[in-house]
Amino acid sequence: MKGKKLAILSALSASVLIISGCSSGSDDSSGVAIEVPDIPMHEAMGEFEGELNIVNWSGFVEPAWTDKFTADTGCKVNPRVAGTSDEMVTLMRTGQYDIVSASGDAALRLIVGGDVQPLNLDLIPNFSDDIAAGMKGNIYDTVNGKPYGVPIGRGANLLQYNEEVTGGAPESWDVVWELNTPYKGKITAYDAPIYIADAAVYLMYHKPELGIKNPYALDETQLAAAIDLLKQQNQVIGEYWSDPVAQITSFVGGNTVVGTSWEVLRKFAAKDNLKTTLPVEGSTGWFDSWLVSSTTKNINCAYAWMDYTSKPEVNGAIAVNFGMAPANVAYCASSPEAQAHCDTFFAEDEEFFKRIWPWTTPIETCVDGRKDVKCTSFQEWTNAWATVKG
Amino acid sequence: MSTKSDFKDSRPISSFFLRKPKVRLISLLSLPMTWIVGVYIVSLFLLLITAFWNVDPFTSRVSPGFNLENFIMVFTVPAYIATSIRTLFIALSVTAICVLLAVPLGIYMAKIAKPWLRNILAVAITLPLWAGYLVKIIAMRLVFTEEGFFNWLMAPLGIRGPGFSIPIVILTLTYLWFPYMALPVYTAIRQIPPNLFDASSDMGAKGFTTVYRVVIPLIVPAIIAGSVFTFSLSLGDYLAARFTGGATQMIGSIIAANINLNPPVAAAYSMIPIAFVVIYLMVARRTGSLERM
Repeated sequence: MKGKKLAILSALSASVLIISGCSSGSDDSSGVAIEVPDIPMHEAMGEFEGELNIVNWSGFVEPAWTDKFTADTGCKVNPRVAGTSDEMVTLMRTGQYDIVSASGDAALRLIVGGDVQPLNLDLIPNFSDDIAAGMKGNIYDTVNGKPYGVPIGRGANLLQYNEEVTGGAPESWDVVWELNTPYKGKITAYDAPIYIADAAVYLMYHKPELGIKNPYALDETQLAAAIDLLKQQNQVIGEYWSDPVAQITSFVGGNTVVGTSWEVLRKFAAKDNLKTTLPVEGSTGWFDSWLVSSTTKNINCAYAWMDYTSKPEVNGAIAVNFGMAPANVAYCASSPEAQAHCDTFFAEDEEFFKRIWPWTTPIETCVDGRKDVKCTSFQEWTNAWATVKG
Repeated sequence: MSTKSDFKDSRPISSFFLRKPKVRLISLLSLPMTWIVGVYIVSLFLLLITAFWNVDPFTSRVSPGFNLENFIMVFTVPAYIATSIRTLFIALSVTAICVLLAVPLGIYMAKIAKPWLRNILAVAITLPLWAGYLVKIIAMRLVFTEEGFFNWLMAPLGIRGPGFSIPIVILTLTYLWFPYMALPVYTAIRQIPPNLFDASSDMGAKGFTTVYRVVIPLIVPAIIAGSVFTFSLSLGDYLAARFTGGATQMIGSIIAANINLNPPVAAAYSMIPIAFVVIYLMVARRTGSLERM
């Protein structure tokens, strides 16, 4: 990367992008054409099949709202909790499940793999204007203009810090990336290949000459630069986390002072000295949507479920239970508690989420619209990630 | 005549098998063989064969094929090599520490301790086996956090724990697998006849010489048996590293990370611990201790 010649123009345009604060997370996908298997969508609602098999994040499917759904439709809900996006993809490929609550890094993989089908939004009346603008039409679940997902909720990967130690909010992510960080050995990072995008977000801001325009569209040089940054981080890191409980005990127990976190984990930690902030570089985030299997036998129950969970009160209940911003912002005005929840998780703050890049599976087609290069695929990210930790 | 036929009719199944030794053998072995071949070997084989398969770069779907790329990766990516060596080091350290602790403890329990104390110690050794594996790992994590039990206990002495790192992983694994070493060693020492100690003493050997010249040679098979457990269980573990190792990676960590994303690499990498264990058993065999087990 060092020897790379700089195209002054591109550097200039990149820095203009940054100055104007235009690190928009909700890119329009219309410019990118991606090859996907041709799968027909559901045309009209029919008889309910009587059951629905769901792969979901913990806390998305609870009796508090499934009981009413089953009473209304006769569809018995069989949830299966998955711990990671990769596990979700593996489970969906077994063909035993009808619907999945996929984050963007799983969604695009499922779409391109032909594992999920395009959706007929006319059959989902609750997919309305009340759905947050930033959750509609994103590249991870809307491909070639066809919608594949119904939004559930979203959350940002924030910088959590122990205020007693840092004495204030760090302005930049540099406290977790640079060798001269004052918190060496007390840093935590998310343990998954998709974390490479966080390195890319940091590089977008600090190394505009690399020309990264979207952290999920990295060519080989850009990926190598991100991996170098991650290897540098590896020298100062204390722990990688994928298990939320481990992350919480690590912050509470004092082993970790700064690192990636979610608002909901800070709430669970329940310590006043733990705070979260969105540093100047912006960050990544997870945007979850319902995706329907292409081989489902319970299509009508699946559509009914997506419509049901898009109701303000049900969507709000899921969001409160999991600890994220609800997709249906009509929920926020329903009560003072709901408003307080929405405020905590920035549900109505599109300006906040404009600084968040939603998790998206990296694919060979550059999702930033570049046509002259081949971007690195998720497989390359996976292999590269394995080399980071040494 | 009639008595004989009565006898014959009263145990028709037994007499049938008595007359057909081959049928007898087959029916005896069919169940365990189905288990070993059908369930154990076939599933292992299916796992290992995927090491040669291809994975779709985008969807991470696995498709049958033949390529050696996954093996080349395992042997060329520096991170993978470093992890293999680190894991081997951890497993050997755990085994060595278990031996160092188990032998004196076994001698004390078998030959010195009073019966009531011996029973208490035997219970104490096996007690950790009653708790869940993950519970024990999380317990170790809590003990060694910055504000955890260890640092609290050692604070008056000015000692601080090393934080989550390789030493803590070794300690955790030793804690987890110690019973598997301690029990066979203790049993072996108990079986040494007391008069061997008297004889050794009569011939002028001091305590340590007796241990070194008499006890150790007699319990080598037990140590090998225990070490097969501690070594191979440590090689395959990854949760201890995840929860108490900080950024430490073991072979299992890489396999776990790849099992969903890139199963062929996971399968190829799982050959490494198998190779380590096979080499270990071959070395043990050469010493002749497997025959005496």
